[in-house]
Amino acid sequence: MRIKKNIAISDSGFVFNPTTGDSYSMNRIGRQILDYLREGNTLEEIKPRMTEEYDVDEASFEKYYFDFLSMLRQFELLDEKNED
Amino acid sequence: MEKKPFERPFIKKLQAGMPSKFGMKSMTEPITHIDDIPVSEIIADYGSPVYVLSEKTIRDQFKKAKHAFTTRYPKVQFAWSYKTNYLDAVCRIFHQEGSWAEVVSGFEYDKALQNGVKGSQIIFNGPAKTDEELKKAIDNDSLIHIDHFDEMYAIIAISENSEKRPKVAIRVNMDTGIYPMWDRFGFNYESGDAWDAINRIMVNEKLDLVGLHAHIGTYMFSAGSYKIAAGKLADLAYGIERKYGVNIKYIDVGGGFASQNTLKGAYYPGSDTTPSFDEYAEAISSALLNSQINPRNLPTLILETGRALIDDAGYLLGTVIANKRLSSGNRATIVDVGVNLLFTSFWYEHEVYPAAPVSEHMEETTIFGPLCMNIDVIRDAIAFPLLKKGDHFVIKRIGAYNMTQWMQFITLRPNVVLTGTDGKVHLIRKQEHMDLIRQQEVIPGHLK
Repeated sequence: MRIKKNIAISDSGFVFNPTTGDSYSMNRIGRQILDYLREGNTLEEIKPRMTEEYDVDEASFEKYYFDFLSMLRQFELLDEKNED
Repeated sequence: MEKKPFERPFIKKLQAGMPSKFGMKSMTEPITHIDDIPVSEIIADYGSPVYVLSEKTIRDQFKKAKHAFTTRYPKVQFAWSYKTNYLDAVCRIFHQEGSWAEVVSGFEYDKALQNGVKGSQIIFNGPAKTDEELKKAIDNDSLIHIDHFDEMYAIIAISENSEKRPKVAIRVNMDTGIYPMWDRFGFNYESGDAWDAINRIMVNEKLDLVGLHAHIGTYMFSAGSYKIAAGKLADLAYGIERKYGVNIKYIDVGGGFASQNTLKGAYYPGSDTTPSFDEYAEAISSALLNSQINPRNLPTLILETGRALIDDAGYLLGTVIANKRLSSGNRATIVDVGVNLLFTSFWYEHEVYPAAPVSEHMEETTIFGPLCMNIDVIRDAIAFPLLKKGDHFVIKRIGAYNMTQWMQFITLRPNVVLTGTDGKVHLIRKQEHMDLIRQQEVIPGHLK
């Protein structure tokens, strides 16, 4: 799963999509996941890092991860045409 | 190494709009304690969901209301509206504070007696009193508020075989400038029905007309309507004094004062629009004091305030069961509190707070209850913190009507506790269980 290349993300969690002109804000965990996705990490790579750092079990994380992804898809921030 | 707290990942589209000077504070402040008792401790001890009533808030609200009226009018008597919340512990707090009882059924009447209220301090309202109930009320010298002529003649018939003189008042309905006008209870002022009722009582030697009563509506945002109502009742009282030489002992302006909950569809929050006790008191007292009634014979002012005295004292604590997304992409949160426990969610935008500190991020969320019913919506489109499964929340200002209009529907009713002024938590109504429900049922022989 990749984020569209032209999406701008600031350190404070502010997201800008130059194609549509829409802006978004994220919380800290959302920004961290988005950063991992931009680096090309998969869920299997992200999950152990997050459960190591945060007080969350794998099943719960996975549930919130997919929910977050569905929102990225809803906002058309995912690059699904160029899937690996 | 200790792990960092996890908050579910969240992204929100930013909507540009006109800046508004009416912008309200984002509601992220949690309610972690009720009367210094941790919410988490109450849930751990009494389960979730659980109703909590604050004895301190009840007493404080009562004192505030009493002060507003007694500083403006010399003779004031509150009567606790049983239908608003008739848990015995709650009623007894109000009776300790000096309230009489205002009841609207035989069941509530008996409850008041069992709570130690003297018969002469029970106001018996309502449109459906049976002959047996009326007889009991007459024997106990209770104040019977007559709703219709059939009831009046029933009282007259009972009094013919009784040594007691029934003490009655008539309920008067009237135009106070509000819409819709409540005209289904009592006798109409403008049409002359009220005078017709008064004349029939006065010429009958069996009954004592001791009071006049009006209940103009519920959730009244206009203190001015009470001024009109009190003025019209005072006119009737003055007319009775002139025509019959009888001084009416009390004028009862009923209840209906609004609490600070926000009604659905309201533009401003209830906390900004609800009149204070002082405003209601000023309107009612000035109408009575400025009337034609002889100041030496001023009637007692009776108030049947319910909601405004108890709503703030009630909290409903619950737990998040699940989060999901609707087809629109909007967040839905399912909680263990349904509309069967929160009847007032049909007309209020209840305030829902997290029970533990959360980040400043909020997501537009619809809060659904646990019932398998489409109507089970606690809040539609509320900006709500990112609560996870198992997190607790607090619904504020639910003390009125929810513990009387609640339903045993799909689930059983939970514990109700009182945070006492002694700093302890007291169980005041036990949660229901299967046997309690089934013991009322009878299985016919051929189905056994």
